[in-house]
Amino acid sequence: MSQSPTANVPPEQEPSSDFVVRLGAAQRAGGLVVPVLTAVLAFLAGGVIVAATGHNPLTAYRGIWDGAGFNWLFHIPWDTNTIHLDAFNLSQTLLTATTLILTGLAVAFPFRCGLFNIGGQGQYLVGLIVANWVGVSFASWPTLPHVLLGIGAAAFAGAAWAGIAGFLKATTGAHEVISTIMLNWIAIWGGQYLFGQGGPLQNTYNPAAPESGTIAQSAHIPVFWGSSVLQGLDYGFFVALATLVVFWLILNRTTLGYEVRAVGFNPDAAAYGGINVRRKYIQAMAISGAFAGLAGALDMLGYLFQFGVLDVQASEIGFLGIAVALLGRNTAVGTGIAAFLFGGLLYGTTRGLNPNVFDPSLAGNLTSMIQGLIVLFVGADLFILYIWSARRKVRLRRRAEAAAT
Amino acid sequence: MTNHAQPLNETHWALRPKAIAVAGSILGLAAFWSAIPPFTARSPLVPILIGVLAIAAGLWAVTRGSRRLGWGAIASGVIGLGLGYMSTRSSSGNLHVVFAADLIAQVFVFATPLTFGALGGMISERSGVVNVGLEGMMLMGAFWGVYGADKGGSWAVGVLVAMLAGGLFALIHAYWSIHLRANQIISGMAINFLALGVTGYFFEQLYGNQNIPAGVSTIPNVAIPGIDHMAYLGPAIGDLSLLIWVGIIFVPLSYFILFKTPIGLRVRACGEHPRAADTVGINVYAVRYAAVIVSGMLAALGGAYLSIGFGGGSFTENMTEGRGFIALAAMIFGNWRPFGAWGAALLFGFSTALAFRLPVYSSSAATLFQALPYVLTLIAVAGVIGRSVPPKADGQPYVKQ
Repeated sequence: MSQSPTANVPPEQEPSSDFVVRLGAAQRAGGLVVPVLTAVLAFLAGGVIVAATGHNPLTAYRGIWDGAGFNWLFHIPWDTNTIHLDAFNLSQTLLTATTLILTGLAVAFPFRCGLFNIGGQGQYLVGLIVANWVGVSFASWPTLPHVLLGIGAAAFAGAAWAGIAGFLKATTGAHEVISTIMLNWIAIWGGQYLFGQGGPLQNTYNPAAPESGTIAQSAHIPVFWGSSVLQGLDYGFFVALATLVVFWLILNRTTLGYEVRAVGFNPDAAAYGGINVRRKYIQAMAISGAFAGLAGALDMLGYLFQFGVLDVQASEIGFLGIAVALLGRNTAVGTGIAAFLFGGLLYGTTRGLNPNVFDPSLAGNLTSMIQGLIVLFVGADLFILYIWSARRKVRLRRRAEAAAT
Repeated sequence: MTNHAQPLNETHWALRPKAIAVAGSILGLAAFWSAIPPFTARSPLVPILIGVLAIAAGLWAVTRGSRRLGWGAIASGVIGLGLGYMSTRSSSGNLHVVFAADLIAQVFVFATPLTFGALGGMISERSGVVNVGLEGMMLMGAFWGVYGADKGGSWAVGVLVAMLAGGLFALIHAYWSIHLRANQIISGMAINFLALGVTGYFFEQLYGNQNIPAGVSTIPNVAIPGIDHMAYLGPAIGDLSLLIWVGIIFVPLSYFILFKTPIGLRVRACGEHPRAADTVGINVYAVRYAAVIVSGMLAALGGAYLSIGFGGGSFTENMTEGRGFIALAAMIFGNWRPFGAWGAALLFGFSTALAFRLPVYSSSAATLFQALPYVLTLIAVAGVIGRSVPPKADGQPYVKQ
């Protein structure tokens, strides 16, 4: 019956295999160097594939850069008229970034609690569906309360949807990755049911079209840049920016945030310190779901106005939030910057891209590839960071020992 | 001390709670079965009686300790009774449209990619590496399978190329999970995104705006002599794709390898307690590498079935459309066991096949029906009816000491 003490250590307690420790190291290392290197590496690898298939990667990336409207920034004095292409492209990039900031935060927040929320897509869709329902109903309301109700209801619905995963994690220990994946697909099929032919939220004017109803004019979020007819940039952009601040405040300036981070670093130590870990799981998931639901509301009320079954199938902006959060190191500033990068990439490789420069059907897939490579490299560089910090610790200890003798 | 003179002794195998529970589950299916073609009982009494029997069997098993299977029997009885009753109320003509014999063939068609994916995922996770990248590996198999069949001129080349592509992506996942000790879920998701991009990019690059040329060599069907012209069995199982049969054979095969051979014991040891496995001289890294690569190859086979199997030699961007995730769900629902995973794959395949026919009744309900696998899996991981428990060291990177 005698065992050596090391044989008793279950694998999850080995520090080197502990992901949270590595994540902690990454958080502490902070800095811009690693994420920037990750992104550069991913773009280089993408460029290699572009070159290997007989295209000029520089022209392609230049085309994407212009398609995203980033060249607008260098044409001083700035021409804000969105009749001109550069300004219009930039406004569309910012519109995409609005959504990505929020779906990114939806991944980043639970990550700080040690939870991996893959369910951003489902929470986003739930928010979008509820916002659509509110927008189509209550048509007699004035704009401000109507929009606020839509946003609030969508955020709440998203929170409830993600809360299911948090609740299951807290009560039964069901792994949040699996339950959020399942909830994603339930939301995707549920959305197709609701908007599809004969579905409860299908439009009333064209029974043949599997599309939702169009939201009332009073539920539109006003546009501040560009034309409201041509998908201008709406005030939702500022809501997203404000949410970045809220995220930072909750995480760094409230008891809840402190507890969430404590659970993220080490749930056992947090529980020992008197934190109700289960409740933190539910709260972290609910807050994350609220972010994603908000993203759905801002999209629906800001520029989509209606959604079809095919849109439900094609939508993947919630999944993109994973790459945004990971590249942004799960911090507010990082997620914000990553959202602008991916917003530009997403718009610049699809509708913004000049087809004569680079084929958008190729470029759209290039986005998926770069997204995959970034996530892949982020997974690896946490390890590199860990080694780096471990080596530094060893060096420090040696120095201390040398000083002692 | 079994007394063979008393056949009704408590320990007789047929009266054990487990056996009764399994019988109850089958009765539950029979309750539904009795009301649909080819039997088509028109009296609601038939399914109700059989269903009540199933529920009783389940209750009996639950009270005698066989909880998971017992609740399964009760659920099966209730569902069978309900569906059976609804079928007796429905018009006979509609029933013959929905439950034609080829429904069984379709169940196999839809279950096959899930079977391959679920078995692949199971082998990887049994060795201790979480594989949420099944979707991506399947997608790689789908595209490179049809590419290989097109350029190589034969479906066999396609299958080989598909397995190579799936294995290559699995190798990335393995290297990241095992050597770099990256978060396996992050690396798996990266595989999914990457596969989406790579297959889409190369599809556009290699085939441009035209599609895959018609007449690509596809995986042949196997006509079973004697059965293929029989009345009900013929359309049901008489003429199925070769890969469907391969998938069915892989289920007992993987069970045998995983649970009855030393190799399987090693794989499971690495997934349950890698340190102990290492202590007795098992090369944990090698076992995990092999398991993940095999997993990618199996998932790719499922993907190849989509493109050059029942897809008839075609490819569309994001062709797998989440089937890798249903396979993952089937594996979890099947409790990381081959027959469990296969049963779940058949159930999910059945729900998909049924969803394609339910528009006879209501198209919107048919859509909603597609969410059923995910709801069931959510219930299973939550542990309402018997808990799905992963291997102990699943997802834990191993560090040699």
